[in-house]
Amino acid sequence: MSLAALLVLADGRFPAGGHAHSGGAEAACKAGRIHDAATLEEFCRGRLHTAGLTAAALAAAAALGLDPAVLDAAADARTPSPALRTAARRLGRQLLRAARATWPTAELDALAAAFPRGAHQPVVLGLTARAAGLGPLDAAHVAAYESVSGPATATVRLLGLDPFQASGVLARLAPELDSVSARAARAADRARREGPDALPAASSPLLDIAAQAHADWPVRLFAS
Amino acid sequence: MHLDHGVTYPQRHTHSAEPVRADGSRRALRIGLGGPVGSGKTATVAALCRALRAELSMAVVTNDIYTREDAEFLLREAVLPPERISAVETGACPHTAIRDDISANLEAVEELEETVGPLDLILVESGGDNLTATFSRGLVDAQIFVIDVAGGDDIPRKGGPGVTTADLLVVNKTDLAPYVGSDLDRMARDAAAQRGELPVAFQSLRGEQGVAPVAAWVRERIAAWAAR
Amino acid sequence: MSLTVAGAPPVALRTPAPPGPVPPAPPEPATTPAGVRATARIAAVADGRGATALPLLAGEGPLALRRTRGTGAEAGVMLVGAMSAPLGGDHLTVEASAGPGARLALASAAATLALPGRGGEPARYDVRLTLAEDSAVRWMPEPLVSVRGSDLRVRTRAELAPTARLLLREEQVLGRSGEEPGLLRSRLTVTRGGIPLLDQELACGPGAPGGWDGPAGLAGHRTLGQLLVVDPAFTASPPTAAVLGEFAAVTPLAGPAVLVTALAPDALRLREVLDAACRTYGW
Repeated sequence: MSLAALLVLADGRFPAGGHAHSGGAEAACKAGRIHDAATLEEFCRGRLHTAGLTAAALAAAAALGLDPAVLDAAADARTPSPALRTAARRLGRQLLRAARATWPTAELDALAAAFPRGAHQPVVLGLTARAAGLGPLDAAHVAAYESVSGPATATVRLLGLDPFQASGVLARLAPELDSVSARAARAADRARREGPDALPAASSPLLDIAAQAHADWPVRLFAS
Repeated sequence: MHLDHGVTYPQRHTHSAEPVRADGSRRALRIGLGGPVGSGKTATVAALCRALRAELSMAVVTNDIYTREDAEFLLREAVLPPERISAVETGACPHTAIRDDISANLEAVEELEETVGPLDLILVESGGDNLTATFSRGLVDAQIFVIDVAGGDDIPRKGGPGVTTADLLVVNKTDLAPYVGSDLDRMARDAAAQRGELPVAFQSLRGEQGVAPVAAWVRERIAAWAAR
Repeated sequence: MSLTVAGAPPVALRTPAPPGPVPPAPPEPATTPAGVRATARIAAVADGRGATALPLLAGEGPLALRRTRGTGAEAGVMLVGAMSAPLGGDHLTVEASAGPGARLALASAAATLALPGRGGEPARYDVRLTLAEDSAVRWMPEPLVSVRGSDLRVRTRAELAPTARLLLREEQVLGRSGEEPGLLRSRLTVTRGGIPLLDQELACGPGAPGGWDGPAGLAGHRTLGQLLVVDPAFTASPPTAAVLGEFAAVTPLAGPAVLVTALAPDALRLREVLDAACRTYGW
């Protein structure tokens, strides 16, 4: 594993389309559920332990070499909101474009051929980590981090939240990011022996409901 | 760098940037339109669609900071059928979407080519931004920067990447110049000083010529694209 | 009905929870760390004359079963709370299978209360539904109430043949009126033709991972529920996604199924939303 490759992949400026997605923060800001650094932190914590954990485990499993088609079906079943399925596939396709240019491998080409409409982003992320020479725990870390860095960045733009406070939120979540990533990697290892049912399916009903409402807004700044 | 036609762009690693696809077909020419808020980007796009839609198969991608506003304007104006207009969310950062991370825009142009069939021209309209916003060469083949006389006749002198390097600079709303005290000659002189040989079009969409000079420039680019 | 328990508590101490407003906690029964292990088994088969027979209807321990009047081709079964299980340490299982063409409706007479056990160990409640070709099952239990201090893991699995239909309702009430909830961990897994259709895990209450009640969690709501409708007819005409106010949504799944998810301030309002959804998408 190359620590530098991990930094490249996890960099918020890695051009994979994430900047246009708020991870549910736009809907939560508008509803008033996020209105300061403390509520942002609680939002990020909730997302990390639900959608973040699920994504991290899928990414770790893909990095481990589990069948991407099986993982993509598992991701579909874990994403009841059609708005979020669409967002996940779009982000997956955008990440795959960047990944193939950055770490070209036959495995990524095969994934693009198998999923012309895009695979779920965490699955693509796991295979991208593989292509970059990273392992399952690395992939889980990136997925877990993205699950909170997206909402944090978006909230800075949406609320004019002090960016230092947003960075502080992410730093305070670090121990939980580590434990969620480790749990995800362990689950991926179990899924290799027991099948995808061993992957967590943690979900947040409110994130699903709000994502569906957000998709209906006539005017919005973020795609999800 | 801005006159890089005739060569394969070495900096393009995106999988849709090559002019000729794997199957030998040629993708559409992509022209970006950028410029400050209110300078008339959307009106220029609408006028270009009306002027060129009979001779070219066209589509438009909009990047308004508020998603869909521009797309809805174009739809209301019925300049193109709705399936040829696509809107991209920019996460409150319009310049990021056209320069630093062009993923969503590339998706949109590719989807348009897939869904409405072979296209000759795709116009990518940026969200209104500042004078430093330019398009990535990974996204568009040429870019037009639209400013207007009401924004101040010192904008060409101030320069900035948009004014200086765009393949075409459009100075819009020339009909308003007498009312806002803008000196068109001075703007032309300053633009020439900033841009060298690069062309400048003075445009009044209400005037007799309307979008014709810009449309003529687009036709030249289309001809050069087809010849490559 | 038999109890396969070592040193099981007297049945009479475990009063069933009545429907409607939830009363104060019953006196805590004596129990052992081993807890109650009980399984209720139901098998439904088409009888060949247009109705559904129940060749297997076996309750156990706190899980008593009563046959109820069915409607048309559908056989009805009521889960009667003989005891207010599950207590900590208990492990209850409901297994229902519907054979080819069978129609089965499963309901419960009262809300299920998750109660604390003496040893602090978690209780488990498993539901396994197996639906053969052309069968149809309605699993519509009353709410599950997570009482303060309880720790319950609910695992619901439904395996459907591709032509089977399923209507499934889950309602979770976090704490009795004005009470803190217990820890509730629940997972619902539905497969269709062996392919995962829905897999969802929920964890809430004290001890759940952080943020469960925050702005990306329940945001202060104390009841949540969902209605799942799996119907092969949705392949041809899928329901459209819809938002039902700020805290409920209709989401078509990737397969021929629709999930209605709702958060509500109380069980009554939750039921209103799910009943309306049932009238629209269910049968």
